[in-house]
Amino acid sequence: MGNTSSMLTQYDIEEVQQHCEDAFTQQEIVSLYKRFCQLDRNNCGFIPSDEFLSIPEFAVNPLSQSLLRMLDGLNFKEFVAFLSAFSPRATVHHKIEFIFKVYDTDCNGKVSFHDMLRALRDLTGPFMSEQQREEVLTRVLEEAGYTKDSLLVLSDFMKILGNSGLKMEVEVPVD
Amino acid sequence: MNNTGKLKLSSSELDLDRPNIEDYLPSGSSVQQERLGKLRLYMCDLLDISPSLFEAAGAIVDDSFTRCFKSNPPEPWNWNVYLLPLWCCGVVIRYLILFPFRVLVLTLGWIIFLSSFIPVNFLLKGNDDMRRKIERCLVEMICSFFVASWTGVVNYHGPRPCMRPRQVFVANHTSMIDFIILEQMTAFAVIMQKHPGWVGLLQSTILESVGCIWFNRSEAKDREIVARKLRNHVQGANNNPLLIFPEGTCVNNHYTVMFKKGAFELGCTVCPVAIKYNKIFVDAFWNSRKQSFTTHLLQLMTSWAVVCDVWYLEPQNLKPGETPIEFAERVRDIISIRAGLKKVPWDGYLKYSRPSPKHREGKQKSFAESVLRRFEEN
Repeated sequence: MGNTSSMLTQYDIEEVQQHCEDAFTQQEIVSLYKRFCQLDRNNCGFIPSDEFLSIPEFAVNPLSQSLLRMLDGLNFKEFVAFLSAFSPRATVHHKIEFIFKVYDTDCNGKVSFHDMLRALRDLTGPFMSEQQREEVLTRVLEEAGYTKDSLLVLSDFMKILGNSGLKMEVEVPVD
Repeated sequence: MNNTGKLKLSSSELDLDRPNIEDYLPSGSSVQQERLGKLRLYMCDLLDISPSLFEAAGAIVDDSFTRCFKSNPPEPWNWNVYLLPLWCCGVVIRYLILFPFRVLVLTLGWIIFLSSFIPVNFLLKGNDDMRRKIERCLVEMICSFFVASWTGVVNYHGPRPCMRPRQVFVANHTSMIDFIILEQMTAFAVIMQKHPGWVGLLQSTILESVGCIWFNRSEAKDREIVARKLRNHVQGANNNPLLIFPEGTCVNNHYTVMFKKGAFELGCTVCPVAIKYNKIFVDAFWNSRKQSFTTHLLQLMTSWAVVCDVWYLEPQNLKPGETPIEFAERVRDIISIRAGLKKVPWDGYLKYSRPSPKHREGKQKSFAESVLRRFEEN
């Protein structure tokens, strides 16, 4: 993308658009590039975690640590691909896949009890004891037909989340 | 169903320095709770993290805090055959004619100032009253010279501030030149961050004479010391009226960040002052992360003019039953409306440090409560 210039060529835009499977329009990609350059203050080609944490709205989000792990070291093309799950044109399949990746920290395609417990810990903080979390999770898993030792895969997530209305659409401001 | 585990409610009292930020955060924070409106707890409710993800992605794509500190991007309008020569003429005039002339004016001003200030400071050591009056006039004069050196066109509206005890002036903050522009009209005492370099030298010598208070952002205990100094200053009848910038940092003149309550709990009248710069001539926002003050001043001196409006607004008092924070927000409202600025619910100091984990806890608490409540039904 050219570290020195802040200008995107038409060729660059089309490459990014292809990579994110047309999730964003060309204008949106230009806006995202401006935002990327604004956050990548030292022109490293990626956005350092510190920069994300300096956005107060991001820093107070309970899932910020998990997301930082996924955002670490992404170049612009990968950054747009990351955000493509939030495009209005993204399919439900794509969104659920994204949620699965947030849970699957070791990227082995399986989500364990431990992974789900971690996410629940992030979301509830000090307001539930570890014992309560385990109890709730075990019980709800059993009622859904799984056990504590089950390893969930993507198709399980599809089955569970397929019918819930996932409100995950973010609007990219276009000048 | 064993439900003896009581909710461990956080006993963290809200940080009293700022209003409840949860009120301002996007309403997505309650969406996680709404979705759990159905009675029983299902697997999809636990796995669905989409509301939090949605908020995080929204913040990554655009957030109201970074917007406050964005400088105007330079707009290239000179990339064609007839505009380019015009622009070049403009550059020549600004850098080779106006700039040296302005430097001359400024040097002249400094010579007059120093040759009067130093003798007065030494000779009239005994006669305090007289010395103060003269020093005040001299400081006003050098500020006028500064303003002239940028071809400053300042429109003052409203009644001029007068020297009375038990009053403070508060204004929105765009750059250090705010202080110079206001000081030109009235010799204020000001509370400032101590800067290094030549600015620091000026601060310790000349500004001492108008009565300035220093603070240090990085020291935690500093706040109490400064609060005490403020209180002492306001009580004194002979002190110059105190000017405070409650935002605590420079903002880009399109937004106002939250006001610190320090100025509003001194038990005296608060006189709001609104400052709005006309961006067509020059962007007066001092982006202290991008440029030093010297560079900023040079940029101003090589522009056409600095045009701004200053409104002295009606003095406000703490209403019965109002907390200092509500008072601060009310005054911020008055200033923002007058100067046409948008209000943003962030603390300017977040530029220098992270938000405290307490803000996250509100969301965590509501989610935890609804999970446990619905789990009882299972």
